[in-house]
Amino acid sequence: MYAYSDFDESFVRDRVRQFRDQVARRIDGRLTEDEFKPLRLMNGLYLQLHAYMLRVAIPYGTLDARQMRQLAAISERWDRGYGHFTTRQNIQFNWPKLGDVPDMLDALADVGMHAIQTSGNCVRNVTSDHFAGAAADEIADPRPYAELLRQWSSDHPEFQYLPRKFKIAITGATADRAVTRAHDIGLRVVARDGAVGFQVSVGGGLGRTPMIGRIIRDFLPEADLVPYVEAVLGVYNQLGRRDNKYKARIKIAVHEMGLDTIRDLVEARFAETRSEFPGAEAALAEIRAAFRAPGFRAGGTAIPSGSPAFRAWADTNLAAHRRGDHAIVTVSLKTPGQQPGDASADQMRVIADLAETYGYDEIRISHRQNVILPHVRKDDLPAVFEALAAAGLAAANAGLISDIIACPGMDYCALATARSIPVAQEIAVLFETLDLAHEVGPLRLNVSGCINACGHHHVADIGILGLERAGAETYQITLGGDPTERIAIGERTGPGFAADEIVGAVERIVMAYLERRESRDETFADAYRRLGLAPFQEALYTEGSKEDAA
Amino acid sequence: MSTAILVTDAGFTPTDPAEHWLPPADLDSSPELCDPVRVVLTPEADPDLLGPHLARIVAIRIVFPAVADGRGFTLARRLRRMGFAGRLRAAGQLIPEQYPMARACGFDEVEIDADRALRQPEADWQKAAGRQGYLARLRRASAA
Repeated sequence: MYAYSDFDESFVRDRVRQFRDQVARRIDGRLTEDEFKPLRLMNGLYLQLHAYMLRVAIPYGTLDARQMRQLAAISERWDRGYGHFTTRQNIQFNWPKLGDVPDMLDALADVGMHAIQTSGNCVRNVTSDHFAGAAADEIADPRPYAELLRQWSSDHPEFQYLPRKFKIAITGATADRAVTRAHDIGLRVVARDGAVGFQVSVGGGLGRTPMIGRIIRDFLPEADLVPYVEAVLGVYNQLGRRDNKYKARIKIAVHEMGLDTIRDLVEARFAETRSEFPGAEAALAEIRAAFRAPGFRAGGTAIPSGSPAFRAWADTNLAAHRRGDHAIVTVSLKTPGQQPGDASADQMRVIADLAETYGYDEIRISHRQNVILPHVRKDDLPAVFEALAAAGLAAANAGLISDIIACPGMDYCALATARSIPVAQEIAVLFETLDLAHEVGPLRLNVSGCINACGHHHVADIGILGLERAGAETYQITLGGDPTERIAIGERTGPGFAADEIVGAVERIVMAYLERRESRDETFADAYRRLGLAPFQEALYTEGSKEDAA
Repeated sequence: MSTAILVTDAGFTPTDPAEHWLPPADLDSSPELCDPVRVVLTPEADPDLLGPHLARIVAIRIVFPAVADGRGFTLARRLRRMGFAGRLRAAGQLIPEQYPMARACGFDEVEIDADRALRQPEADWQKAAGRQGYLARLRRASAA
């Protein structure tokens, strides 16, 4: 795992000192609220519905046991004993006091962590494949590139006051597990004639105007990564709209000006920036050395036999590791009935212990709000399962309908227009009660509590969007969204459903799928591609189902 | 009206009220095409239009209309990449945190009004100055 250098350490400490000073200057009036707000945001501190929220960066979702234990300790000392893992591979503490925040930042710095650029109109924490360095289908490990971009974007003097936030995602595998095309810049590692480079997309994003990123460069040599990204940001900083925050993302610039115009501008700028970074190889080589694979211990290549509970978990929560004697473990934070993505301090410590004992001290956070142990010897799986089960972390539902992405919704968020957590909980509990989740198979169900789409509902097989209509919550459904390399934005089924109707509506969709699928091997996504929207609309809106006038 | 303040690495100095800044549109109609000029740019300006005049421009003043508007940083870097070697000034709504950013983007100085200079005294700007980020380090690493 990447170990922070002395430079990183002093940079982070300096930022904490700087933030203490900024808080003091806000209080004594040297900084106005308008001047302080961007500074507060670029240090990860949001003002939420009931309290401040501190969003801590987990660079490309990677952390170790010591860091996880510190997150547990911080949650107990300054918050309410739990943390919320997000779709951006970060963790949020929902109840900090403003005065405690500098101390929390100091405690993070003690383990090489920070909250820098987790919000605000700057380049945000770069996200990546949560199976990086472990996946069987990997072309190249994306983490060194993500780390290079972290260093480049941290406190970049030109790009701290952009028109709007800017998100970069990168994957190094053939399967896209990082939803790259839904980011302002998406990078997919590709190999061409023996050379490694990137397919670059630009202008993707979810939110109120979902757009799939357009391919701006089919092959970018890896050495050109930094100057090319710098060129894109330079063009965006100049052209992005500043008159309307809802039209300020680069996706709108691409949409309004056309991809070809943006591409020409970027290439012209790239011709200038390229000479400023002549040798990315040197920086990359230094970073790569820090991402060496662990010293794998050999073992058996078969999954050990075990209890039915173990077998169900192993069938669902394991993914193929590049070594035959290891597996990638998904630790589900979606036990039906719990708040999706939340982990208690005790659970964080259990995960840390397991990572140390069985996982070469590596932990990842996935954008699906689960925890990943990327390298576990198959022989050790029963012991890992037992320990997880004892901590309430062994839900066998990774990738199933109860593995729901949900934003915090109106229970926490000032922007939300509807609750999302209770809806997610009720759906998960329903399918648990019906014992149907395994029968249904892989199905992504995501819930957002407002049109900003933090719950990624646009790219779910079943997407749920909570809105407020005439004082009541109403839930719209989209179907057929896909976050992978086959990316698609879901289609709206029709009128929304009231809070007490939405769970039944989801059940009707799932039953329609079970009735019409060709076999158990045809997933919901495949069946939807074959059948289209019509049979699901029929199931939703006829047969006496209640229609909402919205 | 009190005098504006110029912030440099040396600290605060008053601006020279005699300095005259031309909008770029006046460059073409300016009769003495060889005389040195100072130019003021708004953040949406296209620096390419300055190209033919660049050699006789001795100073460019880029206006920052709001603290959150960072276009001037990109404009400054473009001008430096175009080869502009004169003085480059960031003027308007900037806070001390933005001083090292301005310097790293090629500005020589920051101009603030007297009210801001009172509210954010010299010591705040000097404390912020000299902060070096990752970009300079990456450039050094790639040049090595």
